[in-house]
Formats: sequence, structure tokens, C-alpha cells
Amino acid sequence: MVDAIIKVDGLWFAYKEDEYVLQNIDIQFDDKPTAIVGQNGAGKTTFVKVLKGLLKPSKGDVWIAGTNTKETTVAQLSKTIGLVFQNPSDQMFKSKVIDEVMFGPLNIWKDKKDKNFAYEQSVKALKIVELDNRLEEHPYDLTLSERKLLCLASIIAMDPKIIILDEPTIAQDRFSTRKLAEIIKELIKDGKVVLTITHDMDFVAENFERTVIFYQGQVLDDGPTGKVLSNEENVVTAHLELPNLVKLAKALDFKTTPLTIDDFIEGFSMYKKAEG
Amino acid sequence: MGNVSTKVSIEHLTYKYPFAENVSLEDITLSIDAGQSIGIIGRNGAGKSTLCYVLSGLIPRFFHGKITGKVTIDGEDVPTMPIERLIRKVGLVLQNPFSQISGAKMTVYEEVAFGLENLGIEKDEMHERIDTVLRQFDLYKKKDENPFELSGGQLQRLAIASVLVLKPEILILDEPTSQLDPRGTTEVFETISQLKTLGITILIVEHKFEKLVEYVDKIALLHEGKLLGYDTAEHIFSTSEIETYGVGQPIYTALCKRMGLKKANGYYPVSFGETAALMNGLKESGMDRRTYDG
Repeated sequence: MVDAIIKVDGLWFAYKEDEYVLQNIDIQFDDKPTAIVGQNGAGKTTFVKVLKGLLKPSKGDVWIAGTNTKETTVAQLSKTIGLVFQNPSDQMFKSKVIDEVMFGPLNIWKDKKDKNFAYEQSVKALKIVELDNRLEEHPYDLTLSERKLLCLASIIAMDPKIIILDEPTIAQDRFSTRKLAEIIKELIKDGKVVLTITHDMDFVAENFERTVIFYQGQVLDDGPTGKVLSNEENVVTAHLELPNLVKLAKALDFKTTPLTIDDFIEGFSMYKKAEG
Repeated sequence: MGNVSTKVSIEHLTYKYPFAENVSLEDITLSIDAGQSIGIIGRNGAGKSTLCYVLSGLIPRFFHGKITGKVTIDGEDVPTMPIERLIRKVGLVLQNPFSQISGAKMTVYEEVAFGLENLGIEKDEMHERIDTVLRQFDLYKKKDENPFELSGGQLQRLAIASVLVLKPEILILDEPTSQLDPRGTTEVFETISQLKTLGITILIVEHKFEKLVEYVDKIALLHEGKLLGYDTAEHIFSTSEIETYGVGQPIYTALCKRMGLKKANGYYPVSFGETAALMNGLKESGMDRRTYDG
């Protein structure tokens, strides 16, 4: 196994004293694209804020690329781990698209890199999300869908090894969701570790190798996506639903768990032969 | 069907936001019967939310700009109808629940009461209505909390509850499930289907097509401000052009198109039930070798 870039040991977290929203979590992440799923309020967002160092563990430890988050600053961690917030308004504060994206690079590299470099990195990041023709616009003139992509670009521009997306598919139409899947694939190809929180089970099935189910502050299931999403009992417990193709395959008594249309067609022909 | 009355009528509606270069809605004509439920689909920027604003009267009262054409509810002109009458007819749940919350109320309970207070509803009835919707949307335990301390999912349910409590005749929901987990999404759709049995006319903007097609009578397809289709889901999604608009289609329809599987009526399936029945039927009839799998 590839070395874990994120290690979480006996993590507990409470916002209010003794009300633990994360309870005794032990988990590691390597470079496999991973989806984090679970009902509203299961602790997913809190968990990724702890990974990013915005919240410190109440008990237990989190190591990001070998550094304990308790022994460093959020600014230091930003070079390694980036979090794209669910609500873009929580992340944006500049009056131009380009300035918004440049803020991170200018600040985390202020010792060694110059302004031109920050600009180039930012334009490159905006190109990835296809907003590079909107540099001078006000972020609030963008649609919600575009603002979410802008926030993703702001993180990409800092070039962290780990990129976490919190509900990136909210407010995206189907076309933009496909575009987002392409961007995630690019990032993975580029050597990034991508973790994504989402409720879109079809998006999970199609794009992530590994799936972690959160339930009431704990990890209910964790493993290869096909395996995790074929366990209907866990999926239902966690207020989730099977991906549409998996649901269909179950209704037809498939022996396999198809995650994509191609998988389904292959499974269907095998099933026809077996049944026929 | 002489007893079905037209609830909403839109004729040649064109609208341009102030300072916008282009129109956001262009020559839209459609009518909705009382008690029908309509899905509105289209890409981001297609004009879906703008159409919701026109029907709820936010355009031209809040968003000015230039509006032409005719929009009526029960035969009455929407842009000029007195607001106190319009507000009893139409309820709008905004896309972003943060925008829906008044910001003036300190508790969930007061937030839901806000609209009723403005309508001057009797106190006893108010309490009864509020209790009912809070329980319906699983918010009763949160009734004393500050709305801004709720999660995204709870806030979205609060936004819907605060509109439903007004008992509108027409309910417009702009992506009401975007923040919700799959179970929460299903619950909202089930609520919508209950409202339908009460005769409420429903318009719903939604990208979750697999769910949407189970609950609506018709779908309006908007693209760049124009109405490109207004028909049943199978008509809308069976066309080959649907993909060129970038709007997408139910995954079941995409699957059946790939496999060349059509229903007896010549259209592709759109829902889970239709697709499962069709595929099971193939198994039963042994027709698979001819229609599929070569």
C-alpha cells in the first residue's frame, strides 16, 4: 500500500463540551480518489475541517503528510491541503475573479515566489475550471455554479497535494457536474489526492474508487465503492440511497454491482446469458 | 375535460433584467391546469429561476427590468395583481435557503410564523399550522434554535416549511433538494406528491431527473431563455437533441438509449419502474437475442 498521506488516530471532536460530533475515528487516506457520504449532520464537514486544521481534535491526532495538525498552523498546512467550502460565500472576499484566486498563492509563497508567478498559477487554475476569460469580473456577478468553480480554482492555484471538495455538485446542472468530474480526473492525473463530500450517489459511483460512509459521527463503512454501495442495509441506515444503476441491477437480480452504464451493459449481457 | 381550469397562463412572455445585455426569457407561452405539477429543467442560466420570479411576482416588483407579454393566475394579471392577493395564491421557495430566511427572527418557530403574522392569521390557527409543518419537516425539535445555526439541509427544510405554512394554491420550488441527503430529497418529493393530492398546482425546478419524472405531469425545457419543449417526460427525454442542450437526461434514459431499448409506444423509458419493467419483460419474453446482445 502507498503511504498514507492522511492519518487519523482516535479522533474525537466536540463543538460544545462533551457533545461529540466525531467519535473515535481511525482512518487513513492514500492517493485513491475517495467519496465521503452520509446524511445531513453526520459529521462530514466537521471531519474535513479537522483534516484541514481549521478545527483541532478534542482528542486524538491527525497527521497530514507526516505533520501533526496540532503542531502547525493552518497557513502552513495550506501548502499541503486545500478545502473547497460548500458555500462559496464563506470563501470569497475579493472584488475581482483574478484577485480572489491570487490571494492564496500570494500569501503562502510570499517568501520565495513573486507576483508574476502567483498570477500565472492563478490563470492556469482558472483555465482548468474554464473561467480564465472572466478575470476582471466581480465574483458576485458569477452564477452560484461558477462561484463554486472559482473557489475550486482558488485552491488549485495554491497547488496543494490534497484537495478536499465539500458538496461540489450542489447548484451544478448535469453538464457542469460532468465538467466537474472531468476536472477531478485531471487533478488525480496530476497526482493530487482528491476527497469529495457529496450526496449525489450516481456521481460517487462513476468517479470515486473508494467510498467512506459517515453515520452519526462515526465511520459506518469504508472500502471499494462497488462493495460499499452494494451493501443496501448500510446505505439505507445512513439516509442514503443506492446509485440508480445499482438499484436497477438489484431489481433485476444482477450478480454484479454496476457503477457505470458500461458496467451495467456488461452485467446485463452476462445476466441474460445466465438467465436465458 | 371541461371541468379542468387553467390556473397559470403565460403568453409571449419576454423579460430582460435591468442593465442586462440580453433577455433572460424570450417569447415564452405555456399554460398550466389547476392541480398539475410541472418540472422545469434546463442548464444553469437557462431562465428557470427567472421564470419562477415572474410567476411569484418578484419580477417586476423586486427585480425591475423590461417585461412584455401576459402572465395570469386564475385569469388575473400577475405583474399588477395586489400583492396581498398574490401572496395567498403563490408561494416561492428560493434556490438558496439562506436568501429565504428573513434574518429578522431569532427562532425557527418565529421564522415560520413570520409570513402568517403578516397575513393576519388567527393565533390559534397559526400555532396549529406551525406545529404541523414543523413536524412534517422534522424541525419540531429545532423550534427554539436560531435559523442560522441550522445545517444546510435543515435550513432548506425550514425554507420550504415557511412557505407551505401559508397554504399557497400554487407552490413554486426552485431546486428545493439541492442541500439534502438522498432520504431528505425523497421526503421532499413525497411531501410534494401529498400536496398534489390536495389539488395544489406545483412547479419545481430540479436537476435530479430520476426523482423528478416520478412526480410531475409535464416538463418544461428551457434553453437560453426560450421554451424548447413542454410535454411529458418521455417526449422531452426521448428526443436526440436533448443532449445537445447540455441539459442531461435521466440515467435510465441514457442507459436505454445506449442499449436501444424502447417502450411499446416508441419512447424511451425515463423512470426506474419503466426501465425495470422493460428489462424484466425482455427476460420473460426471451426477446433479448433479437433486440439486444446480437
